[in-house]
Amino acid sequence: MNALSISNVSKRFGTITAIDNLSLEVNKGEMFALVGPDGVGKTTLIRMLCGIVKPDSGSISVLGFDVTKQSDEVKKRIGYLSQKFSLYGDLTIDENIEFFAEIHGVWDYKARRDELLEFTRLTPFRTRLAEKLSGGMKQKLALACTLIHTPEIIFLDEPTTGVDPVSRRDFWKVLSSLLRTGITIVMTTPYLDEAERCHRVALMNEGKIVILGTPAEVKKEMKGEIIEIVCSNIRAAFAVLKKHELVREIQAFGDRLHVVVEESARDAKMLLHLLHSNSITVSDWRVVKPTLENVFISLMAK
Amino acid sequence: MNAIEVENLTKRFGTFTAVDHINFEVKEGEIFGFLGANGAGKSTAIRMLCALLTSTEGTARVGGYDINKQPLKVRERIGYMSQKFSLYEDITVEENIDFFGKVYGLTDSELAERKQWVLDIANLHGREKSITRTLSGGWKQRLALGCAVLHRPRIVFLDEPTSGVDPVMRRRFWELINEMSAEGVTVIVTTHFLEEAEYCNDIILINAGKIIATGSPKELKDNYIRHPILEVQCSNVIQAMEEVESQPWAIETSVFGTYLHVSVPNEEEGKIKIREMLSASRIDIYNIERITPSLEDVFIFLLEQESKRN
Repeated sequence: MNALSISNVSKRFGTITAIDNLSLEVNKGEMFALVGPDGVGKTTLIRMLCGIVKPDSGSISVLGFDVTKQSDEVKKRIGYLSQKFSLYGDLTIDENIEFFAEIHGVWDYKARRDELLEFTRLTPFRTRLAEKLSGGMKQKLALACTLIHTPEIIFLDEPTTGVDPVSRRDFWKVLSSLLRTGITIVMTTPYLDEAERCHRVALMNEGKIVILGTPAEVKKEMKGEIIEIVCSNIRAAFAVLKKHELVREIQAFGDRLHVVVEESARDAKMLLHLLHSNSITVSDWRVVKPTLENVFISLMAK
Repeated sequence: MNAIEVENLTKRFGTFTAVDHINFEVKEGEIFGFLGANGAGKSTAIRMLCALLTSTEGTARVGGYDINKQPLKVRERIGYMSQKFSLYEDITVEENIDFFGKVYGLTDSELAERKQWVLDIANLHGREKSITRTLSGGWKQRLALGCAVLHRPRIVFLDEPTSGVDPVMRRRFWELINEMSAEGVTVIVTTHFLEEAEYCNDIILINAGKIIATGSPKELKDNYIRHPILEVQCSNVIQAMEEVESQPWAIETSVFGTYLHVSVPNEEEGKIKIREMLSASRIDIYNIERITPSLEDVFIFLLEQESKRN
């Protein structure tokens, strides 16, 4: 049985079609990422899967239960961490979890709470008020609250937005150990490097899934090879390379450029020479494998 | 001339010191990056510089005016885009622009001209009558930027402007920042996307209210990354990190996407040790190579160092 099964689902808000005849299946125990430009319907889809928004047509089954007809059965088994998930600032970590336990009707929550605090490494801070926690710790507490009723599947809507790189890394350690317990995780994220760590990823655009597969499969969509160049005056280098006929595409990543060409072994020298003759100093270059971010930009910038 | 001069700026909330005697200068027309972990004090410092919060100690001059003594002069000269974009959600796009136009005291003709400009940069022509709430992240963000700079301020503060915004929209947003900077506007920006910080002329990194590093992106890399960094491509990257992290020869280990970055004393020796270690744990290694460090390497190195110290 699949954890999730969505067939021919559509949803309109007024004249806008948020979800357009979408079908998708997610396996049990899978970590699944939904990515795509802002406003393509990712959050709407997640809300439909949780039974908060009703589809206009089509059907959704979560763990074998119909979301609209058996919503109580579904709600018991899912956890939802929304973008606007709010903790109670004037309650401690312990009290926040207790509060969510009560909402979910979990009366015997203490052992589970201890386990979740260990898991998220929040045990030393359990008596601290939520408002005194750093952003990364708040996110971990929110996750712990989402897990108090031991859901079989959790939906995370941009769980690491606004979280710094060190805390983000910490949050991912928690997610990967969580996955070992057999839970199914469906998440949205604007960080493509996070999607890359999921088993499968769906790229959405205009209410539809345009690409679906493992990160390796999705990356095959990127034609050509990528030369990474670290150089002085990135913006000038970008302008110079962009005009060259060998360059299919060029993407900026901070201090480096990713230049897509047909054949790196043949084309690299030519491009490095071009930069040199434009007085741009190349401090390092290499051929890199495409990342999901390369694919995303390539598909969406068109 | 400096656009901003900060002197011993400090803010306490009760016994908690959010910003602790920070000093720095921002030159006119530069893009200045303000980096730090969550809760490091970035937003508090920015609110003081915008004269929205008074300092407990120390002061700053923004556009030549003192933030505590001349807060109104400061506020007239700056634009501020906060993390929670300060747009009114339940009114239309156009009503938001009109509202900010009135707040900034624009004349009708100025407002008409600037409104077209905002609609241009935000790509919202035809959606003037849409309720702001219905716009998604990237669109709302550009509308918020437009509204924050409607009065053509010379100094602009952007607090995590690209948070939650997709990669294509983020790049377009940075084109706007570069354009503003090219026109001589001073931009102070905070971000958690470290590759964006590479576009800044100067950076300060703050932790627990104090400045722990300053410099251009190049200076930061040269000063703080003293050891070779090896990029390891392998299966099960989180497990690989846990294995490598505990080794005495691994100075610093972190996950970048699906790769591992390991800082080691010696390149060749490091490669051999990593291979031995991971093969013993039955992790497949696809490639190991030395890379040019990025700002994210610097950032993680410095913050890990701080957390070990505490």
